[in-house]
Amino acid sequence: MNVASRFRTLPETGESVQFTLDGVPATAPAGVTVAAALVAHTGAWTRQTAQGAPRTAYCMMGVCFDCLVEVDGTPNTQACMTLLGDGMTVRRQTGLRNLNGGHDG
Amino acid sequence: MAEVDLIIIGAGPAGMSTAAVAARGGLQVLMLDEQPQPGGQIYRNVAQNRAKRGFLGQAYAAGVDLVDALDHPGITHVAGATVWRLDKGPQVTWSRGGKSQTTSAAHVLLATGAQERPAPFPGWTLPGVMPAGAAQILMKTAGMLPKDAVLAGSGPLLYLIAAQMIDAGSPPQTLVETQTFTQMLGATPHLPRALFGLPTLLKGLGLIAKIRKAAVPRYTAASGFHATATESGKIQFSFRAKGRAQSLTCGLLLTHQGVIPGTHITRAAGIAHEWNAAQGAFQPQHDLWGETDQPGLHVAGDGAGIGGAEAAAAAGELAALNILCQSGRISSDTRNQRAAHARAALFRARAIRPFLDAAYPPPAEILAPTDETIVCRCEEVSAGAVRQAIGEGAQGHRQIKTSLRCGMGPCQGRMCDATLRGLLSEGRANRPISPPRARSPIKPIALGELAALSFPQEEPA
Ligand SMILES: Cc1cc2nc3c(=O)[nH]c(=O)nc-3n(C[C@H](O)[C@H](O)[C@H](O)COP(=O)(O)OP(=O)(O)OC[C@H]3O[C@@H](n4cnc5c(N)ncnc54)[C@H](O)[C@@H]3O)c2cc1C
Ligand code: FES
Repeated sequence: MNVASRFRTLPETGESVQFTLDGVPATAPAGVTVAAALVAHTGAWTRQTAQGAPRTAYCMMGVCFDCLVEVDGTPNTQACMTLLGDGMTVRRQTGLRNLNGGHDG
Repeated sequence: MAEVDLIIIGAGPAGMSTAAVAARGGLQVLMLDEQPQPGGQIYRNVAQNRAKRGFLGQAYAAGVDLVDALDHPGITHVAGATVWRLDKGPQVTWSRGGKSQTTSAAHVLLATGAQERPAPFPGWTLPGVMPAGAAQILMKTAGMLPKDAVLAGSGPLLYLIAAQMIDAGSPPQTLVETQTFTQMLGATPHLPRALFGLPTLLKGLGLIAKIRKAAVPRYTAASGFHATATESGKIQFSFRAKGRAQSLTCGLLLTHQGVIPGTHITRAAGIAHEWNAAQGAFQPQHDLWGETDQPGLHVAGDGAGIGGAEAAAAAGELAALNILCQSGRISSDTRNQRAAHARAALFRARAIRPFLDAAYPPPAEILAPTDETIVCRCEEVSAGAVRQAIGEGAQGHRQIKTSLRCGMGPCQGRMCDATLRGLLSEGRANRPISPPRARSPIKPIALGELAALSFPQEEPA
């Protein structure tokens, strides 16, 4: 599944950083979040729910947790709250999330 | 002994204006914000965008003054610091770079702002459907412009974002608004008061004029939102308007139904909350100075009730003056005198709210969506399942959570609490519904990070 990005990134000058998404190399401007880089790179899903539904970053402000991906081997990383670093390895994730926080209520 | 005089949580207009006034008054201020830059939601990255992204407009660029004022020896701003727990004392526990620590203060101001109101309808979970404010965050922080986007919903922020997209050279394909003529008519009695906020009113009219001039097709009184994905990944958006079924194909469907206070932190702190009927949201109870029922805990800005950025800055100033007074830095007479200016600003900024609240209410189909709609995005629970649980006797948020896991996922109910309330109040408008409990940690924290700290026992529910 290959869906073009739903955004156009302004051609601004500035440094860029390299990362990979599921092993595929990609580039993004320095200083953006992992979620911004992912959404600029693809219009497709970056996470699948337990029931197999496609999701991608939604709120961009740490509220919805639909942006969870694996970053440098750490699953369930909130992509919209994580700054993209040069050489980061990002992987889409599928199935259940298991956050290490207590959130019963 | 408190380690600092004042901890401010949130570096938006409310927190930044509090910090400036408090520090100039002689207090040592620790300012924590989970974002990499100060500014809050409205002024995201404003200092980084000084000479660029002019399409974000004057009102946005003006926020740079508040950021510049943080450059004061009395203010320590820590970016990337997520507060996840508050204890009596008050004490604030926060995480940064995978490590947590607890800091005590004589006073704590919660200026944590708002979130967009969850706007559920069938298909709102699809990639390609996103809140308009989220797209705006990408415009501000990454220079990313929505392509071939439909803007759908209602409220002043929808017009602002449409105007910013027009000025950026990436206008919305179509504007689909849910507010009706009757709602507009019903809001007119609030117009005389709104005149006290005339500049804001004129700004709003200017935005609408810009949208007209750009010839963006507009629908109003739209209902029955429904989105599906096409084979190529586009969004097929159907709705009813002008008396018949409409359908649009777009790359992005950006929805917006106003903003509501983010109350997880204030509820977890044990502050009493009340239902704001005009705004359809819970908010922490507070007095004119932002003081709450919890000793040492103050609130300001949109997290305390929606008023917008100018109201947030004014409320922050009032909270700072009150804290200066309680810290023995100024007399209550001085506080009251100095407060006159901020009070007037607060009055002007709030004057337009009753009109906006009445003119752009969230539609019933968003508050209590159709059975097939997913309500809880985390645990994938539908409105139908919630209605069934209520039919079988579930009385409140807690029982629905226990029986369906609705609200038990990582977002802790941030995306479904408002909708659960809508479903719970169907057909029993007068029954009071208490706000759901929120518990620490209010943000997910790694177990190792938790284990490194010790806390007093939480009071039983
Ligand atoms: C997505 C979005 C976009 C918006 N865009 C506009 C706009 O363009 N124009 C406009 O007039 N209004 C906008 N608003 C409305 C906005 O609520 C107000 O205008 C204004 O930003 C409110 O100021 P504030 O200081 O109360 O809160 P905010 O500006 O929201 O600032 C709160 C700050 O608290 C921080 N925070 C929250 N929780 C924690 C925590 N647990 N730990 C650490 N830090 C925390 C956040 O990172 C944030 O920086 C927007 C709202 C949203 C949700
Ligand atoms: S996109 Fe919503 S939490 Fe990251």
